[in-house]
Amino acid sequence: MPEQKMVNIYIMGKQYEVPAGVTIMKAMEYAGYQFIRGCGCRGGFCGACGTVYRKPGDFRLYSGLACQLQAEEGMYLSQIPFYPANRSTYDLQELTPELSTILKHYPEVTRCLGCNQCTKICPQGLNVMDYIAAAQRGDIEKAAHLSFDCIMCGLCVSRCPAEIVHYNVGILCRRLYGRHIIPKAQHLAKRVEEIKSGKFDEELNKLMSMGQEELTKLYDDRDMEQ
Amino acid sequence: MYTAEMLELIKVVEQTRERRMSESFPRINVETKNELLRGYHPDYMDGAMRPVQLGPNKGDELPHEHVDILESRSFVDPDDIDLEKIDFDVDVLVIGGGGAGTSAAIMAAEGGADVLLATKLRHGDANTMMAEGGIQAADKENDSPPIHYLDVMGGGGFQNIPELVAALVSDAPICIEWLENFGAMFTKSPDGTMTTIHGGGTSRKRMHFAHDYTGAEIMRTLRDEARNRGVKVIEFAPAVELLKDDQGQVAGAVLYNMETEKYYICRAKAVIMATGGSGRLHINESPTTNHYGATADGIIMSYRAGAKLAFLNATQFHPTGVAFPEQVVGQLVTEKVRGLGAQLVNIEGEQFIYPLETRDAVSSAIIRECRERGKGIKVPSGLGVWLDSPMIDIIHGKGTVQRELPAMFRMFDNFGIKMDETPIIIYPTLHYQNGGVLINDKAETEVPGLYIAGECSGGVHGRNRLMGNSLLDIIVFGRRAGMNAAEKVKNVKVGKLNLEHAKAYNEELEKLGINERVAPILIPDYRYKISG
Repeated sequence: MPEQKMVNIYIMGKQYEVPAGVTIMKAMEYAGYQFIRGCGCRGGFCGACGTVYRKPGDFRLYSGLACQLQAEEGMYLSQIPFYPANRSTYDLQELTPELSTILKHYPEVTRCLGCNQCTKICPQGLNVMDYIAAAQRGDIEKAAHLSFDCIMCGLCVSRCPAEIVHYNVGILCRRLYGRHIIPKAQHLAKRVEEIKSGKFDEELNKLMSMGQEELTKLYDDRDMEQ
Repeated sequence: MYTAEMLELIKVVEQTRERRMSESFPRINVETKNELLRGYHPDYMDGAMRPVQLGPNKGDELPHEHVDILESRSFVDPDDIDLEKIDFDVDVLVIGGGGAGTSAAIMAAEGGADVLLATKLRHGDANTMMAEGGIQAADKENDSPPIHYLDVMGGGGFQNIPELVAALVSDAPICIEWLENFGAMFTKSPDGTMTTIHGGGTSRKRMHFAHDYTGAEIMRTLRDEARNRGVKVIEFAPAVELLKDDQGQVAGAVLYNMETEKYYICRAKAVIMATGGSGRLHINESPTTNHYGATADGIIMSYRAGAKLAFLNATQFHPTGVAFPEQVVGQLVTEKVRGLGAQLVNIEGEQFIYPLETRDAVSSAIIRECRERGKGIKVPSGLGVWLDSPMIDIIHGKGTVQRELPAMFRMFDNFGIKMDETPIIIYPTLHYQNGGVLINDKAETEVPGLYIAGECSGGVHGRNRLMGNSLLDIIVFGRRAGMNAAEKVKNVKVGKLNLEHAKAYNEELEKLGINERVAPILIPDYRYKISG
């Protein structure tokens, strides 16, 4: 940090002085924590470090990922590294991409009260309530796209008065969409058949037996798709 | 969020942009690349390595950080572990819950094996989850596995083990189809055609992706599938030492519950090691893109058990790690940014390398530009160069950055930088362990009963992996390890368990007078400092 300005933060109620502007994750380590839970990729992708906090003189509850949030004066915070969640088991190949599938596996989506707390707390800024609403209507494609950036941190689940597990509804919709709605890639199926029939074996064997010099020449001379 | 000086420098980049848009920096040939690497790649810097003093690779020069791990005593006291009380008794033990381990577990279970997956953090907390840019497969009309093969060999300095590369490129389309069947949401045209782009060192557009959450999409899909199939998983319980039986075959592992600090004995007829890489060792004192648990655990456990290492002296520095803002220094800026057309530009607003050369070459060129030519931009952590990200929206239309690079956009936006409007500053960052435990095309090691899959393995990428071949590697060799282990265990009988290999290793260290370290280290220690 350039000038090492320090701020006071409160980790689960205990006060620590940490450098301003560092992420909450690094601030907690600076304070002396060594994470077992509550720390994963450290880059905003894994959802291990969901964090809730309040600010001085403000009644609101804020949220974010410890690896992305910056430490600010007076933050009063706690991580929520684990939150129990309901999950349905299914054989994706047997499912049909329709409303009845959603209602069979996650009937609780119909209990949504429209309070929008899930959207408010989402550290990814997703319209969580909207994708649950889409799932409720059987609009699986929309639910799949709206939930795509979900990192499954579970903060939405912690706030939901209807006890919905949004992220599990989201991944069911995405898998239904990916498997049963968008068409399969024809060029891919064709290539797999060609490989299984041994179409490329001879050419590959030839390359595998080549020396470095010959390979280097082939490599330098290869044509590049523009 | 940029400083006033940086905002002034951005004007230079903007001034040259229109001209640069029509310019293509010439590509370099193999010979020029080799000179560039020898001059500037961290692998070749004096003092970066030392010979390891014991084990199957005794005498080989490896990075100090790896040697420190390899010259470490066992995590457990072999005389203090009760091997009579078996806590888990399975056919196949998979160590590691990333993409390779999960693929292996799914396929081993499908092959009829009773499987346990033990992992250090949560299931899915792995570098797989953070892989942004894509996965390669030669599945388009103008492409083929042999064309892919040549790209892989050239990327790896022609050192790669041919049978592994052949497996990689031949299985690639099969693996994409496998994932498609699991409902992984690849970015596609409405008719189902995969959208594919270039990566560094590819001669065809074969990079498949799911926006810039490709690894996350693959990981969460595989995890969901493993859960649906009832694969047993134990989290926060890493393996800390392999077990062997009296025949000398690997026969399970000692697991360690990190929360209760209790050991579990897992007996298994085969073990698949899929512990990933080693970025958290901070090789070359570099920041890293890697997840918290990337500490080379599988390397040391396999090495003590007698497995040979290959190419562990080849470390990949990703050309575009964040150099500013300071809070996220070293984090990944996906190669897809360059795949979509953004150029690398120095302080004078000029290009200095073709943006999609292989990673080792681009990183070396950036280091040269900053350290030797003095054309880097000053940032609190040192130096960096521009990655001209606004070019993407100019080339592909407004909104492309936000649509195709949502994770990148979100990360920079969080710090007040709009990467679709202003360029970003990057510098090479520790990204990938090119080598690891040597395997054959069945994912077997020379130690009976021990399989390796993913970043923990070595050979397929030679000295430098291409973008999009890591997500591919973990699926290809994860599946192969799972299938082959399931087949093998049908004829395996496990004898009496022992830790003699760990004991012997400890004794050899004792003779060498080395006793200060213990490995695996499991997690890095960042307490009381600002790091990682």
